[in-house]
Amino acid sequence: MTLDVAWAVDWVRRSADAVAEHREELIELDRQIGDGDHGENLNRGFTAVVAKLDALEEPPGEIGDVLKLVATTLMSTVGGAAGPLYGTAFLRAAKATAVPELDTKGVVALLEAALEGIVVRGKARTGEKTMVDAWTPASEAAAAASDAGASAAEALEAAAQAAADGAQATIPLVATKGRASYLGERSAGHLDPGARSTELILQAAAQAAA
Amino acid sequence: MSEREPAPVALVLVSHSRAIAEGAVDLAGQMAPGVLLLAAGGTDDGGLGTSYDAVEAAVTRAVADGRSAVVLADLGSAVLTAESVLDLADPDVAERVRIADAPFVEGAVAAAVTAHGGADLDRVLAAAEHAGTMFGGDQVRPAAVEAAADDGVVRGAVTLRNPLGLHARPAAIVARMLAAYDAKVRINGANAASVLELMKLGATQGDELTIEVEGPQATEARDALVAAVQEGFGEV
Ligand SMILES: Nc1ncnc2c1ncn2[C@@H]1O[C@H](COP(=O)(O)OP(=O)(O)OP(=O)(O)O)[C@@H](O)[C@H]1O
Ligand SMILES: [Mg+2]
Repeated sequence: MTLDVAWAVDWVRRSADAVAEHREELIELDRQIGDGDHGENLNRGFTAVVAKLDALEEPPGEIGDVLKLVATTLMSTVGGAAGPLYGTAFLRAAKATAVPELDTKGVVALLEAALEGIVVRGKARTGEKTMVDAWTPASEAAAAASDAGASAAEALEAAAQAAADGAQATIPLVATKGRASYLGERSAGHLDPGARSTELILQAAAQAAA
Repeated sequence: MSEREPAPVALVLVSHSRAIAEGAVDLAGQMAPGVLLLAAGGTDDGGLGTSYDAVEAAVTRAVADGRSAVVLADLGSAVLTAESVLDLADPDVAERVRIADAPFVEGAVAAAVTAHGGADLDRVLAAAEHAGTMFGGDQVRPAAVEAAADDGVVRGAVTLRNPLGLHARPAAIVARMLAAYDAKVRINGANAASVLELMKLGATQGDELTIEVEGPQATEARDALVAAVQEGFGEV
């Protein structure tokens, strides 16, 4: 079983739905250790993405086209750090998926490229209480699943689960990157909003593949 | 734009807030009317945040007509957005733009004044980045500063960088600047509160200035003076 452009479109629409549904939660998480705009920012971004998808005269031809549209739209509409971070992630992912269909290795390449984009842009390492703490285990879990002979859908499922665990694991961490780092020790005890939104987006990817 | 030839380096000021970006443009522009200063603050709907499109538009305008540009950004996504814009820009544009690692307001003013003097891209960038060391003595380049000796006199040494040396304009800047501190400052033995005494030193480019300061704000005064001299008074 491989994943095609219809999967990519479904992933994006499901991500938009999930972000809209969890908008308040993301706002509340960001209010605790940030400026309280993460849910609003991402919802604005994904709403714009869906509007652009809907407005296309012809359906997108390739996975890479979909991911590139997500990248450029998030970049210019999110308005917070998540804009350039997710924007760069999707841009790198688009470049890594210039193939008609994704097999398991393709899924791994997509996730690794996305993580690389976030790290290039934000210069955070794991343990700094950012979305990197969700993307890193996600991409590692997909790679491990691939080595074990999993399907593309199974690899995404493993990635989503690892992202969820990674997000939970940000709770005790002290932030040293992003706005939460201004809080120092007081950032401990809270879930990182960007790690939580990463979990939602990767869950949407797995659901679209199931 | 003024009648004179616009400076070859423009500034793009990227803030989360439109008011801050525009305010910084006003503040810096007051001291540097010949420099193209562009504000890119807030989201497209006027909220707090940064706009990729606004930053891209400002950078594009800044480097038009062959200029180069220094970008100052306030925090977080302002830096990330500016970097994203440069990553995706034409290499021809990107190579003429630098993002300063500098405090926003102080960096903008220092960069604007330096650009106004016709300085090149590296000089303007250095002026912005050096503005950070205007705060607090411990950040000043250690080579230029000596620890306070037991006699309560704070000392420092710094080399004069601007081509014309301590002529009237920099002498006036020094005297005026030091008036803000509760401190008595001597430069090569001359009373630094006196423009005339400073000019009489006849110090020229490359001369080492010996600084001695007494008073409650001696350290601050010394650091500000060292920074201004290293800055070349915006003339280098
Ligand atoms: N340098 C970074 N590297 C990786 N992730 C980061 C970095 N900075 C912030 N983040 C992630 O972004 C999330 C916050 O996104 P949000 O859209 O709320 O941006 P913000 O911090 O409000 O942006 P701004 O800088 O405009 O204030 C954090 O929870 C964190 O996961
Ligand atoms: Mg936020």
